[in-house]
Amino acid sequence: MKAVRGLMKVFITRRIPQEGTEILSGATGVCEVSQWDSDEPVPRAELLKGVQGAHGLLCLLSDKIDAEVLDAAGPNLKVISTMSVGFDHLALDEIKKRGIRVGYTPDVLTDATAELTVALLLATARRLPEGVEEVKNGGWSSWKPLWLCGYGLSGSTVGVIGLGRIGMAIAQRLLPFGVKRLLYAGRTAKAHAAEVNGEFVPLDTLVSESDFVVVSCSLTPETQGLCDKAFFSKMKKTAVFINSSRGAVVNQEDLYEALNSGQIAAAGLDVTTPEPLPTNHPLLTLKNCVVLPHIGSATYSTRGVMSALTVQNLLGGLQGLDMPSELRL
Amino acid sequence: MLSSRMALRRLQRIAVAPLSFTSGATTKVLRDMSTLPRVYVTRQIPPEGLKILQDSGQVQFELWDSDDVPVPRKELLQKVKGVDGLLCVLTEKIDAELLDAAGSNLKVVSTMSVGFDHLSLEELKKSRGIRVGYTPEVLTDAVAELTVALLLATSRRLIEATHEAKTGGWGTWRTLWLCGYELANSTVGILGLGRIGVAIAERLAPFKVKKFIYTDVAPRPELAKAINAEYVTLDELAKQSDFLSICCALTPETKEICNKNLFSKMKNTSIFINTSSHIRGGVVNQEDLYEALSTGQIAGAGLDVTVPEPLPTTHPLFTLKNCVILPHIASASYSTRNAMSALAANNLLLGLRSQPMIKELKL
Repeated sequence: MKAVRGLMKVFITRRIPQEGTEILSGATGVCEVSQWDSDEPVPRAELLKGVQGAHGLLCLLSDKIDAEVLDAAGPNLKVISTMSVGFDHLALDEIKKRGIRVGYTPDVLTDATAELTVALLLATARRLPEGVEEVKNGGWSSWKPLWLCGYGLSGSTVGVIGLGRIGMAIAQRLLPFGVKRLLYAGRTAKAHAAEVNGEFVPLDTLVSESDFVVVSCSLTPETQGLCDKAFFSKMKKTAVFINSSRGAVVNQEDLYEALNSGQIAAAGLDVTTPEPLPTNHPLLTLKNCVVLPHIGSATYSTRGVMSALTVQNLLGGLQGLDMPSELRL
Repeated sequence: MLSSRMALRRLQRIAVAPLSFTSGATTKVLRDMSTLPRVYVTRQIPPEGLKILQDSGQVQFELWDSDDVPVPRKELLQKVKGVDGLLCVLTEKIDAELLDAAGSNLKVVSTMSVGFDHLSLEELKKSRGIRVGYTPEVLTDAVAELTVALLLATSRRLIEATHEAKTGGWGTWRTLWLCGYELANSTVGILGLGRIGVAIAERLAPFKVKKFIYTDVAPRPELAKAINAEYVTLDELAKQSDFLSICCALTPETKEICNKNLFSKMKNTSIFINTSSHIRGGVVNQEDLYEALSTGQIAGAGLDVTVPEPLPTTHPLFTLKNCVILPHIASASYSTRNAMSALAANNLLLGLRSQPMIKELKL
């Protein structure tokens, strides 16, 4: 990449939504942009070539930014800005060692993710994918009183594991469906739980008393594999399990057993281990399991906001200014 | 909307409670079964209704003991002979032929449905003096919930997404893959503001909807106030709505009101949802809807009702990724179907006692 004298060099690993591009095109006095202009991930060799001499790197969570990439970039690199809230694709130790700053995109996706979680809960509880399938394959014949009946939220008990920003947003969206009790579990009680009449209970209580169990906690050593055989065995047979947090919180073999044996009624997952889930995975064979390909933040407006924020983080880092969302290393 | 929700809860409690038919000091009098009024039940209705009939001790009843296969016509005509009461579902045509077969004892027909297209109201009213019970309103929650479920499944492309997850389309993360349209900051329009329209709006509000608008034959100030909805013309409803939900009853005025004219005024990012009850035709012109969807005139549509039902599997709407079709499952929750079953049973028992029903159809 040949730089015009004085301008800093930026490499962008993907085509990004126009909200970000527009801001960049207004920053021609600051940097010169080189971009992998595709919707598909940049091949490794291209990435290593493209970052040479770069001052700034804008990437996605599909780009592994490790020592090899950092070495290829060289000493100019001052900022890495990722268009994601997760950062496990960034070798933070190596990045910190070299004094490079990091920008990311928390918070702006709360609404979209809470909306998707409720969409997933409703689709699972009211059996929408099954219904669509029956309509297409000729299973829809005359009216039957109990055909495709699902579980309604009206009069139910909902349990949210992890009442953080997204957990709260989910709870707020569920209340007007006639939820009778809103339980939550976590390390500590939360003051804001009062807004949703949330009752802080031990995890076991939540698991055994909830009609809908919604997992919304972050992935930590404590929550890894939290939802396992013991967990599912305490749930009601009529209960619905929803996970839109991180795949690793769930033991997928145990979940399969619980669903297949009727120990729980149904499950909806927006996150799995691994991602993508292999198409021959047993969970994909179950009628009472709905799997979405991690689309929690997938709305045009939210991805646009993420794009803009990622560019703003990048420009802040390039100019030695504050970044709107900096990851503390 | 507190008073209306309380009214609905009250109705649900009354409708599903077993009635007490105590007469004087005697409670459970074991009567000679053969003197009890005879009832035929045309389907294995959900357990709460059957239990009410059994526990009442007031009727002797026979049942077509299948949940998924309708009673054959010949069997039905045979079984209704001489009955006092008939509890049916909407697969049975209650017409002159059946009423003749039943004979003059028949006092009450109770249908476990909101619709009554299968009932020949003329025949029922004519000198036969038969009373009719049905099951509206207990399904408001289930219908509103399913409407929101369908809206979200359409706007967030859940069916496309589950398909990609199953068939290998799920690759590495991409910035605009499977992106949908958010409710936050949107305008939601309701065509036909009744109880169900309000219940839908109440459920959508916490998704940070910016504005609710509606149209109807006339303004509905009380209902509108509960959800802060503004009354607009049909044209404005089409132009302004990011999400348009059809909740009106079918009348001569609303037949095929959702047509080329309406779709052409809508935004190309808008989502169209129809869960309205329909009989003998529809509120939506399906050919026009197909055109609008396939040309990108609107972004997506979700339908729980179609013309006909079931929709033939060769119908062009099935070829569209941005059209979600469900088999009329708006009231399909266990609790709601049990509530309808119980209400139908109670309507029947009350009618046989010559008492006011909980929900009687005025003929």
